[in-house]
Amino acid sequence: MQELKSLIKDAKGLAAGTPEAEADRMLQICNACRYCEGFCAVFPAMTRRIEFTPSVVNYLANLCHNCGACLHACQYATPHEFAVNIPRVMAQIRKETYITYAWPQSFGALYKSNGVSVSIAVSLSITFFLLLSALLNGSLFSGPLNGNFYAIFSHNTLAVMFGAVFIFSLIAIAIGIIQFWKSISAGVISASAAVEATHDALTLKYLGGGHGDGCNNEDDAFSLWRKYFHHFTFYGFMLCFAATSVATIYHYAFGWYAPYALSSLPVILGTLGGIGLLIGPAGLLYLNLQRNSAHGDASQKPMDRAFIVLLFLISASGLLLLAYRDSAAMAALLAIHLGFVMGFFLTMPYGKFAHGIYRVAALLKNSIEKRQKSHLQLGAD
Amino acid sequence: MVDVLVIGGGNAALCAALMAREAGASVLLLEAAPKDWRGGNSSHTRNIRAMHDEPQDVMLEAYSEEEYWQDVLKVTSGITDEFLARLVIRSSSQCRDWMRHYGVRFQAPLSGTLNLSRTNAFFMGGGKALVNAYYRSAEKLGVQVRYESPVSSVEIEDGKFIAAYVGDERIEAKTCVLAAGGFESNREWLKEAWGVNQYGESPADNFLIRGTKYNNGVLLKQLISLGADSVSDPTQAHMVAVDARAPLYDGGICTRIDAVSFGVMVNKNAQRFSDEGEDFWPKRYAFWGRLVAKEPGQIAYSIIDSKVLGRFMPPVFPGEKADTLDELATKLGLDSKALQETIHSYNAACQVGTFDHTILDDCHTQGIEPAKTHWALPIDTGPFYGYTVRPGVTFTYLGLKTDETAAVRFNSTPSSNLFVAGEMMAGNVLGKGYAAGIGMTIGTVFGRIAGTQAARASQSSKSQGVEAKNARA
Repeated sequence: MQELKSLIKDAKGLAAGTPEAEADRMLQICNACRYCEGFCAVFPAMTRRIEFTPSVVNYLANLCHNCGACLHACQYATPHEFAVNIPRVMAQIRKETYITYAWPQSFGALYKSNGVSVSIAVSLSITFFLLLSALLNGSLFSGPLNGNFYAIFSHNTLAVMFGAVFIFSLIAIAIGIIQFWKSISAGVISASAAVEATHDALTLKYLGGGHGDGCNNEDDAFSLWRKYFHHFTFYGFMLCFAATSVATIYHYAFGWYAPYALSSLPVILGTLGGIGLLIGPAGLLYLNLQRNSAHGDASQKPMDRAFIVLLFLISASGLLLLAYRDSAAMAALLAIHLGFVMGFFLTMPYGKFAHGIYRVAALLKNSIEKRQKSHLQLGAD
Repeated sequence: MVDVLVIGGGNAALCAALMAREAGASVLLLEAAPKDWRGGNSSHTRNIRAMHDEPQDVMLEAYSEEEYWQDVLKVTSGITDEFLARLVIRSSSQCRDWMRHYGVRFQAPLSGTLNLSRTNAFFMGGGKALVNAYYRSAEKLGVQVRYESPVSSVEIEDGKFIAAYVGDERIEAKTCVLAAGGFESNREWLKEAWGVNQYGESPADNFLIRGTKYNNGVLLKQLISLGADSVSDPTQAHMVAVDARAPLYDGGICTRIDAVSFGVMVNKNAQRFSDEGEDFWPKRYAFWGRLVAKEPGQIAYSIIDSKVLGRFMPPVFPGEKADTLDELATKLGLDSKALQETIHSYNAACQVGTFDHTILDDCHTQGIEPAKTHWALPIDTGPFYGYTVRPGVTFTYLGLKTDETAAVRFNSTPSSNLFVAGEMMAGNVLGKGYAAGIGMTIGTVFGRIAGTQAARASQSSKSQGVEAKNARA
C-alpha cells in the first residue's frame, strides 16, 4: 500500500512540468484574471470550467489559433515569476494531440522530427516519379508532347496511385479526428452550431484578435496579414482542389481529356489557385521567420516551415509545368510536380495539415458548448 | 531642450505625453522600469469607470454624473473635492473615443463582472494591452521614450520646474508632468506611515504590494519636502485582501479572494470582525485590505462551505479544504474551539430568506456583532474551504494638491510649468475608499489635462513659441 502511494506520488512528480501540468497551472491563473476574454474563444471556454483536465486542455489547445494577443497583454508573462505563456503551452499540447491521435498510432512519431519526415516523403516521391518516368519512357527528355501528361503516365496509373494514397490519408485523418472528438466529449452537433463553426473556420475569425485589428507577429502590434495569407493559402488550395475535381468530372462524365486549353475551367481554377498558393505560403513563411520567439513552440518551426514550403513548391512546380507543358522539359517537370503532390498526400495525416482539421473540430465543440448553459453560477464579481 | 518632460510611464504619463505631442510640443518620457515592466500599475488594471447618459458600445444603460458623484461621495465618506471629482466624472464621458484613436480596444464586461457592466468599460486584454497601445502610438507620434530612467530628483526654483536628474544626467525641459505613481513599493515609507499598532506590531511588514515595484515615491517625497501642497495622508491607500501566498510585488488581480461575501472572515483569534455582506463585492473589496491591516498579525481567513462553490471567481491558489471545521481550523492554524464557536453562533444567527448573490438579498444575521447584512447562509455543508489573506496595497493616496489645470501648487499658488497626474494626485478625488475603475479615470482625465497644459505652458512665452514652431517645421 505504501509502495503504491509512493508510486502515485512519483507519477505526479513526473507529471509536474509536462505541458498538461503547465497548462493547468497557467489556466488557473488565467481563470482568476480573465482580462483576455475578448480576444478569442479559448478564454470564454475556460471560464465555463474550474478544472483543467488533460481532455479539457486538449480541446482548448486546439481551439487556440496561436494569435499571440494574450501573451503580449499578459501581466503574468515572463519576466513575471508566474511565467504565463498560453500560446506556447497550447502549441506544445497541440503537437501531443497530433501524435496521440495519429493513425496508425505508431506513425505519430513522424511528428517528432516533422521537418525531416516531410522532406524524406517528398524526396522519395520525386525520386519515384523521375525513375518511373525514365523507366516508362526511356528518357526524362522526350520530344514535345503538346502538353499531354498521359503520354508519360497513363491516366489510370495516376488515378490509382493518387487515389489510393489520398483515400488512405483521408481514412487516417478521419480515424484520428473521431478519436479526438470522443476524447473531448464534444456533444451533439446542431445545425446552428455547425453553421457558426464553419463560418468561424472559413473566415478565420480568431485571427482577428477580437477587435478586428488582427493578431501579433513580431511584437505587440496587431496585423491582419497572417489572416490574409492563410486565406490565400486555404482558398488557393481549394481552387486547386476544384480544378482537379472539375477535370475529373470532364474526364469521366464528358470524356473530355487533358490537356485542357488555357481558357478552360480547370486551367483557370488551377492557375488562380496556384497563384494563391504562391502568395499565401510565401507570406506565411515570411511571417514565420519574423515571428516573436516567445510565441508558440520553437521545436515545431521545422514542421510549420516544411508544410509551408511544400505547399509553395507544389504550386510553383505546377505553374512551371503549365508554362512549359509544350516543351521537352515537360516530363521532368511533371515528375517533379507529381512528386511534390504525392509528398503532400503522404504526409497529410502526419504533418501541419492536421492543424486545420483539429482546429475545425475544436471550433465545432466550442459552438456546441456555447449553446449550452454553463453549470457555474458566477453572477456577482 | 524638450518642451515637455513626462516623468513616469503608466497610463497618466502616456495620456499626458500623447496630448502634449498632439498639441505640437516635443516630448520626452522617462520610464523608471525596463521595457518588460513598463506601465506601472496600469498594466494590472482592467477597466475605466465612465459616465454615459445612454448605452454606449460595451457600456449598458446609463450612468449619470449625479449617480457617479454619489458613488464617489459614498466610497470616500465625503473626503473628496467635489469640483475636481465632477470634472473627472464629466470628462470620463469624453475620453473613450480618444483612447480608441490611440489603439485602446474595449470588450464586453468579463464573465463574473455583471455588476460593473453599466459603470465600467473593460479594456480588451486588460491594462497591459492599453499600455502597449499607448506606447506604440506615442512612438509613432514622435514621443521620445526612455526606459530604465528613474528620476532621482527634480530642480525647482520659485515653484518653477528647471530640470530633472536621472543618475548624474541633468535633463532640462520647459515644462514637466509628474506621473510617477504613489509610494506603495517603498516599504520603508509604508512602515514609517503605519507605525506600530496596539499589539506592538509594525503592520506594514505584512503588506503585499499588488503592483509594480517601481513606485517608490521619490519625487512625491521630494516635492512635499520642497513645500508642494499635499492631499490625503500616507496611510490611505487602495488595499485589497489578497491571498497570503501572493508574490511580494505584481500579484495583480488574480491573487484577490472573491469568496468573502459568500462566507465569513475571521481573524487569527478565529473571531469575525466586519460585515462580510455589506454591499456587492466590487464595491467592498477595496476595503478589506484595510480591515485586515487593522487586525492582529495583519492576517485573516475567509471561510466558506461547499454550497457556494462555483459562485465566485475561482482563486488562483487552491484554498485549504477539510471535511470538518475542526480539521479546517488545524489546517489554517486556528484555534479549533474558537472557530467552531464563531461559526456556530454565526449559523444560529442566520435568517435565511431567498439567497441571490446578484442582488442585495434578504439573507442576514440577527443578534450577533458584527452583523452580516446580506447573503448570510449557514456554513454547514462540508467540505469546508479556507483562504488565508493579507493586506495587498494597490496604490497610496498621499498626493500633490492640484486644481483643474493639473498644476502642482506651492503655498496655494499653482506652478506655471509643473503638472501632476495619476496616482500622484488621485488623493484629490479619493481621500479614502475606492470605486472600481476610478483610478484609471482619474489618470486618464488628469493625464490629458496635464499634457495639454504642459504643452500650452511650453509655448506660452513668445520666444519659446517661435522656437517650438521652428522645431515642428
